Amino acid sequence: MMENYQNLKQLFDGFFNQHINNETDSPVSLSVRKGALEDFYRMGFPTNKIEKWRKTKLKDVLDLPYTINTIDRLRTQEQKSIFECEINNLDTDLFSLLNGWFETSKTTLPQGVIVCSIREAEKKYPELFSKYFDRMASDRSNGLIALNSAIYSDGYFVYVPDNVACERTIQIVNVINATSRIFVNTRNMVIVGKNASLSLVHCDDSLSSFGSFVNNVSEFFVDEGSQLDFYKMQNKDEKATVITHNFVEQQRDTNTHANTITFNGGLIRNDTRVKLAGQGANADVMGLYLVDREQFVDNQVKIDHAVSDCTSNQLFKGIVDENGRAIFNGHILVQQDAQRTAAYQSNNNIQLTDTASIDTHPFLEIYADDVKCSHGATVGQLDEDALFYMMQRGICERNARMLLMFSFAGQVIDHIKIPAIKHRISELVSRRLKGELSACESCELNCENPDSVMTFEIDMSKI
Amino acid sequence: MLEIKDLHVSIQGKEILKGLNLSVKPGEVHAIMGPNGTGKSTLANVITGRDIYDNISGEIIYKGKDLMEMAIEDRAREGIFLSFQYPVEIPGVSITNFMRAALDEIYLYKGKKPLSGGEFLKYFNEKKQLVEMTANLANRSVNEGFSGGEKKKNEIFQMAMLNPDLAILDETDSGLDIDALRIVANGVNKLRTSENATIVITHYQRLLDYIVPDFVHVLYGGKIVKTGGKELAFELEEKGYEWIKDHADIEL
Repeated sequence: MMENYQNLKQLFDGFFNQHINNETDSPVSLSVRKGALEDFYRMGFPTNKIEKWRKTKLKDVLDLPYTINTIDRLRTQEQKSIFECEINNLDTDLFSLLNGWFETSKTTLPQGVIVCSIREAEKKYPELFSKYFDRMASDRSNGLIALNSAIYSDGYFVYVPDNVACERTIQIVNVINATSRIFVNTRNMVIVGKNASLSLVHCDDSLSSFGSFVNNVSEFFVDEGSQLDFYKMQNKDEKATVITHNFVEQQRDTNTHANTITFNGGLIRNDTRVKLAGQGANADVMGLYLVDREQFVDNQVKIDHAVSDCTSNQLFKGIVDENGRAIFNGHILVQQDAQRTAAYQSNNNIQLTDTASIDTHPFLEIYADDVKCSHGATVGQLDEDALFYMMQRGICERNARMLLMFSFAGQVIDHIKIPAIKHRISELVSRRLKGELSACESCELNCENPDSVMTFEIDMSKI
Repeated sequence: MLEIKDLHVSIQGKEILKGLNLSVKPGEVHAIMGPNGTGKSTLANVITGRDIYDNISGEIIYKGKDLMEMAIEDRAREGIFLSFQYPVEIPGVSITNFMRAALDEIYLYKGKKPLSGGEFLKYFNEKKQLVEMTANLANRSVNEGFSGGEKKKNEIFQMAMLNPDLAILDETDSGLDIDALRIVANGVNKLRTSENATIVITHYQRLLDYIVPDFVHVLYGGKIVKTGGKELAFELEEKGYEWIKDHADIEL
């Protein structure tokens, strides 16, 4: 399957031979890695022949020349300041990944909470690691998951012990800043113990403009009675490819809220798979994507209602402008025993130009009979009647459109539970809609820019 | 303030207004009455600049300026306000934010400094009382899930906020019960000054008991066919629109 990608194969083999051995890895991960590499070479990269990849064309980006993330380990002083990322009024514990390597040395937090490199966790916490590692990602439904399992360089490991409510939000900034086009595989693992809670913010940023391919796999385990809030903000350059697979396993009476906000990127695909494995589990999987120029954003969701009495709620909204393309594919699986399931799905899009394209595919697969399910998908333009109404009150067309788009996006943002994050994301969305937020020059997500060039500014928070 | 001369408007090849003339001066209240489908709402749309008509000819001069040359929002900023027959729902935009955005732009257009947050809120609360608006309504999305009466009340509230020179009330009485009608009419009356003018578009005489017009015009077949004082409204109510056919001032 790799005939067309001999250069990449060399790169991957080289990384495997150089960076993965008996010293760096435990027998657990070593055996996973070896098997996964074989899987990958057998499967290859996903192609358009696979139904779920029909509209996601990887070939163009895979044909580009890459280096792999072995050489960029050193972090300069200059880069250090980049990670001083602030969300106003929010006290976060900040960690960073640079070019696929975990960068922060401070790893122990109060209450026994652990945040560290996944490579370090493998050595320091072998029991936790071997219990959970690759438990869900072993579902090698496509080659990229296998590739990641084989040659992930590093990633974050977060552990919240039983009965601990992690007070401070943990924020992880995943930055690419390389001197060439780089291929990065990151692997993350998040474990929330029984009756515990965690809120996690993950930022995908890029600083360099050489382009990159980030193949990210994360596994989230949420044990009985726990709560996980996971916010992801993606602001990548237009040469960036990010393929994310998030696997979530929820036990009895758990609650997860995942919200992915995509501001910018080249080719972005977020694939979230949630398994509701214990009764009384609830999953909210939400997302907002703002797509323009030649950007491509693809959201794939699968919620597996494996047992009875669980609920799930998918809400994805997108605004697609210029030649942007967006895909939503939402799959609800209600298994035979999953009686009294309530599962909802909604995908709404605003298409601003004729050249923008939107594909939305709801997919409900139901084997139980006592089930409440609904799905809805819309693609529309801004409401002309509403625009006229607003302009009749003295609001110019540009701002009227902005207000309508902002309110449309707001229906996703409103679900964000942490006020400071909600405020920050609102602000970024408003800037993005005004065309002020781009990933071309610098990492905008991290900088505070109170000077607005606009004479007109609605500060939604202050009213 | 407003001079309309020989206005012709057509949509999809069909002529709706066929040579309408109207003159409105500051301090005046004009009622425009007429059966359905005679172009009452078309008149309101054309004055406010709704761009859905194929062909508009004639002249509309507002405060000495050619209104046809002005953008929709500039007409509004120059003081033209339309209370919509069917106010539009705008999910996700609160009335507070909506009015803040509108006022800010009007102030900037006039070269004035926009109100501060505190000033705005004070002003907002003053106007809220004028139309007896409840607190929770103000925090809700514009018109979303409002009853017919609430929507119309909200229109008059916006009118109070924007303080227009020329207000056009398009079927403001439709869908109102008698209490709501009283509140809405009271609001309109309180906003009347010798400087501003009101055009009340209505089907029935009922509203004119509350908002007393100086002039009543009958719009029929795309033209104003009869003009009189407030007594004309009673006559119409009593005799019906059929009567107008025989008593029009101009040839139908």
